[in-house]
Amino acid sequence: MGGSIGKIIYVNGPVVKANNMRTFKMREMVTVGDKKLIGEVISIDGDIGTIQVYEETTGLKIDDDIVSTGKPLSVTLGPGIVGNIFDGIQRPLNIIFDSTGNFIKEGIGLATIDKSKKWFVKLTKKNGDYIHGGDIFGEVEETKLVKHYLMVPPNIKGKIEYIADDGEYDLNTTLIRLDSGEELKMYQEWPVRIPRPVKERMPIQKPLITGQRVIDTFFPIAKGGTAAIPGGFGTGKTMTQHQLAKWSDADIIVYIGCGERGNEMTEVLEDFPKLIDPSSNLPLMNRTILIANTSNMPVAAREASIYTGITIAEYFRDMGYNVAVMADSTSRWAEALREISGRLEEMPAEEGYPAYLPSRLAEFYERAGYVKTLNEKEASVTIIGAVSPAGGDFSEPVTQNTKRFVSAFLGLDRKLAYSRHYPAINWLSSYSGYISHLEDWYSENVSKDMMNLRGEMLKILQEENKLQEIVKLVGEDVLPDEQRLILETAKLLKVGYLQQNAYHKDDTYVPLDKQYLMLKVIDKFYKEAQQVIKIGVPISTIKTSDMFYKIIKMKYEIPNDYGDLFNKMLEEIDEYFLNLKKAYEGD
Amino acid sequence: MSREYLSLKKIEGPLVVVEGVEGVSYNEIVEIKLKDGLKHGKVVQIQDDVAVVQVFENTSGMTVDDVSVKFTGRPLEIKLSREILGRTFNGIGEAIDGGGPIFTGIKLDVNGSPINPVARRYPRNYIQTGISAIDTLTTLIRGQKLPIFSGNGLPHNKIAAQIVKQAKIAEGEGEFAVVFAAMGIKHDDAHYFMKTFQDSGVLDRVVMFMNLADDPVVERIVTPRCALTAAEYLAFYENMNILVIMTDITSYCEALREISAAREEVPGRKGYPGYLYSDLASLYERAGMVEGSKGSITQIPILTMPNDDITHPIPDLTGYITEGQIVLSREIFQKNIYPPINILPSLSRLMKDGIGEGYTRDDHPDVANQIFSSYSRVQEVIALAQVIGEDELSDVDRKYLEFGRAFEYKFLTQGFEENRDIIKSLEIAWDILSILPKNELDRINPKFIDEYYRG
Repeated sequence: MGGSIGKIIYVNGPVVKANNMRTFKMREMVTVGDKKLIGEVISIDGDIGTIQVYEETTGLKIDDDIVSTGKPLSVTLGPGIVGNIFDGIQRPLNIIFDSTGNFIKEGIGLATIDKSKKWFVKLTKKNGDYIHGGDIFGEVEETKLVKHYLMVPPNIKGKIEYIADDGEYDLNTTLIRLDSGEELKMYQEWPVRIPRPVKERMPIQKPLITGQRVIDTFFPIAKGGTAAIPGGFGTGKTMTQHQLAKWSDADIIVYIGCGERGNEMTEVLEDFPKLIDPSSNLPLMNRTILIANTSNMPVAAREASIYTGITIAEYFRDMGYNVAVMADSTSRWAEALREISGRLEEMPAEEGYPAYLPSRLAEFYERAGYVKTLNEKEASVTIIGAVSPAGGDFSEPVTQNTKRFVSAFLGLDRKLAYSRHYPAINWLSSYSGYISHLEDWYSENVSKDMMNLRGEMLKILQEENKLQEIVKLVGEDVLPDEQRLILETAKLLKVGYLQQNAYHKDDTYVPLDKQYLMLKVIDKFYKEAQQVIKIGVPISTIKTSDMFYKIIKMKYEIPNDYGDLFNKMLEEIDEYFLNLKKAYEGD
Repeated sequence: MSREYLSLKKIEGPLVVVEGVEGVSYNEIVEIKLKDGLKHGKVVQIQDDVAVVQVFENTSGMTVDDVSVKFTGRPLEIKLSREILGRTFNGIGEAIDGGGPIFTGIKLDVNGSPINPVARRYPRNYIQTGISAIDTLTTLIRGQKLPIFSGNGLPHNKIAAQIVKQAKIAEGEGEFAVVFAAMGIKHDDAHYFMKTFQDSGVLDRVVMFMNLADDPVVERIVTPRCALTAAEYLAFYENMNILVIMTDITSYCEALREISAAREEVPGRKGYPGYLYSDLASLYERAGMVEGSKGSITQIPILTMPNDDITHPIPDLTGYITEGQIVLSREIFQKNIYPPINILPSLSRLMKDGIGEGYTRDDHPDVANQIFSSYSRVQEVIALAQVIGEDELSDVDRKYLEFGRAFEYKFLTQGFEENRDIIKSLEIAWDILSILPKNELDRINPKFIDEYYRG
């Protein structure tokens, strides 16, 4: 029940305390002060309640009112979400723009998706049908890419007594009335801190294909899996997240800009409507949802933005979609927790972070999963979280605790970034726990020896790293040619394969079969070179050959619709080494 | 409603506590009348009838009695009009150049409000600074926030002055002005800037907010906010292109820590408050361009890295918010190279959309990429040469050493008075890249190599 009123007795930044709060519920949404700022009750101690406020608290006074709304912090789920940009508590930024202009002011009150907009609804049930939570009763074409299925909220069931005809309706129109008296509309509300229910969780089985070679080939992310991308500033976390948002083969992308730069959100807003999705030929914005709490927006809303994003993702998952959530950056979220915890004068654990940091991180990442939905569809939520470790030091609490709860770890390396090796994913410190789950998928869908090749190439990179230690001491020239070949092959891999140019029209997204063929070419070159070195061909001949540079440049020269170019390349390699052999054996 | 209270309960460092107050609001400005003058403060915490006030000026000499505390009910506001151009203010926006206060114009809250991301215009136009290393490798874009990470004794002021002197935006793109915020810098540094502004004839286009090293610490917290409010006024009300120089961010952060400690807050890393990130963001994020205005705010914050440590919380958190950084190196400075920019950790995040065809020249992105990659290789070769000696290096590695030297002495090095346009900088870049064999240039599109490679 709404309407209870508390009185403010304490204000410190986003934290407000009030008395007369006995009738308020924990985690209930409230309005604060004359400007009706939005807040959430985060603790109740007898008569005194503590509230975190999602807007700037300047101007709040002692004795100002706290008004109960009777419901927890929730998001409104219905058509109008896709292609939109929201703040941390799901208020559309363009509605805020209409009401307060270029700058975000406080006191806008609650706003959400436009409920007066009319959508054409096709209803798929009929009078007398029994429906349960999760059942689909209608469809709306939300964008050209996304069909929005209208679902019965999870906790409702009954027999349909009234159902509207197909037609154009706004969000407030009752589409279905049940015998229990419940009315179903185009939208439903869901509290952000509670995961939406599913029928069952299923084992991981498919990769999330990203078109990024170092990820797809070496450290794959699974649909329904979790991945963390940690890296100091300037190592390309946001760049990597943008590339994943652009090219991964999810049906829906939820991009949470959590405590990051305003211009980055603007970049997404300007770029995505222009970028074309390779599978549907429609602008990527048609499948993208943005949540923006830039670093100068209120810190409490930063804490909420992560939950708002994941709840929206779960809602689309329930329709049967594969959803990918990019959270950039989870460290800012953890810092928001720390800031509020500090203002509450809670006992700090490591580096001032609250002791409940690990459990909050676990709760968040565990909302990912490959599931069977209530309406018996297979769907998934994948979470890819960027981590911004202080000082670029991976031993800090957020990185360490995140590592415990994610299966794929894509560590970004400052040294690689300095030499502009992008994506700067360090192949030695990164790992993917999904290899064993995905092995079968790769051998069925790409090639039987894909995983084998992957292993061999990783071994070369590993050996190169050891050899570099020696090279640093004595120089490269003293190594035997067999070992120098490893160095050169590693160079092929690094420059020709691991480095990927996000601004090149072909190289920005590379399909899996091309990735495989590229690896195949490098492997062939390596094996043939091993043979000729045995008969005394010097490494310097091989590494300065045109063939070598052709392989380095193949990522640019061979387009994604490569035809028989790779076959030609493999033949050329054969021919090159044959000629080499002839020349040397002829001596 | 004016409410006055006649005594304080407690004075501690920059904070005073007033008891028995009514109707006080969070963050409002307080006027404290003493026998010998007026001080200002801001409400930072209220609990029941107790208000904690942070005093901008020094609290020394204050007594708990014989004062009159007045709550104004308003946040800190400053008056702004075109007349501020050419004027000098103190850290809380009061004129100190003898020209009297600003009378006409509008009053704006110095705390500002976050720019709505949907209202931003994405920055794409580059500013030519005339410095090769910046223009070619870490291009400054209009509306960007690009800090200089420096160390004590390094010539960051000189570089900032050279940028102000030479910064050029495309013709016919509106008026240009500089807003200068000094936070805890030395008097001679302040004079240096004033003299440079004078010499380059921009003094009547500069607005200065001065909080020098011996000025009150708390005032330092509002200094950049006053400066940025003035910048927002000039950019978004008067459609001007504004370059904001803020120096020294390190002093600002230390002031923040001092106050946080006085308030007995839970400290984060190295004693800095847990909200340092949000606080810095509330400054840096005020750079940018918005819909419906031709103006822009470009920020060049300067910070001195304590002990030259880039992982210290101040440069670290700054780097996470700003759109890149220009890092100065003591090692390069000691080689007598000006400007001593270490390009490897330097970065401009926005340059990718503001260079190349249609902006600078088509080969620019590849050239920049190649220099970063080759110069990073140079460092490996130098390390190797130190172990095995230069004579033992392979031919290619010796070429790299030669390239490295040419880079530092021909490309990086330039005079304080030397203003190179972007084409000139790119030509020098090709001169030095041509030292390397063609097939070492693996980041450059072959068609550019055919066009520009020397010999």
